[in-house]
Amino acid sequence: MSKTSVPIVQWLPAVALAWAIPGGGHLLLKRRTRGLLLFGCVLIAFVAGLLMRGALFEPQTGDLFTTLIYCGGFIGNLASGVLYLLTVMMGYNQPDLAGHVHDYGTKFLVGAGLMNVLAMVDAYEIAAGKKS
Amino acid sequence: MPKMNLSHLEASLLFAALASVVLGIVTKQTDHERLMYGIYCFGCFLAALFGLGWLMYFGHG
Repeated sequence: MSKTSVPIVQWLPAVALAWAIPGGGHLLLKRRTRGLLLFGCVLIAFVAGLLMRGALFEPQTGDLFTTLIYCGGFIGNLASGVLYLLTVMMGYNQPDLAGHVHDYGTKFLVGAGLMNVLAMVDAYEIAAGKKS
Repeated sequence: MPKMNLSHLEASLLFAALASVVLGIVTKQTDHERLMYGIYCFGCFLAALFGLGWLMYFGHG
């Protein structure tokens, strides 16, 4: 067990806010420029995905490949926080169509979530005092 | 809602630019290092993009 474990109250608010609002964790930790840049990047990727009519994943099980793609894609979508929740609440329901534009859109939507995962990890490291 | 139609190249360049900014921000410690790493990542994306593109072109016969 690590002797230098960080108390959960020290990093949880920043990580939770970083999930809910991309870049929000950095803003809470007074890293304004980085927070705004992260927010901009995730927002642009997510909106571009929507404008390209990308599909949102729903968890499905079956063979290993199906489970990995659909559950992983769902987690990637969910990682965009409020952007994903608002999109679902407003009724966005794009079927998975053939075509490179739709396909790129789907990847942009998941990519936005994965970028936000990186931002959450960074917010954790700053809050835990592991980096500046 | 308007629809955005990007070509393969445009979509790839947009994704490369956004991902490079994020990777630069979360990876390095100083602003100068972040800028340099972001540019390096974007260069790597471009190299992979054009390298794989030409590889597929020649591989396709």
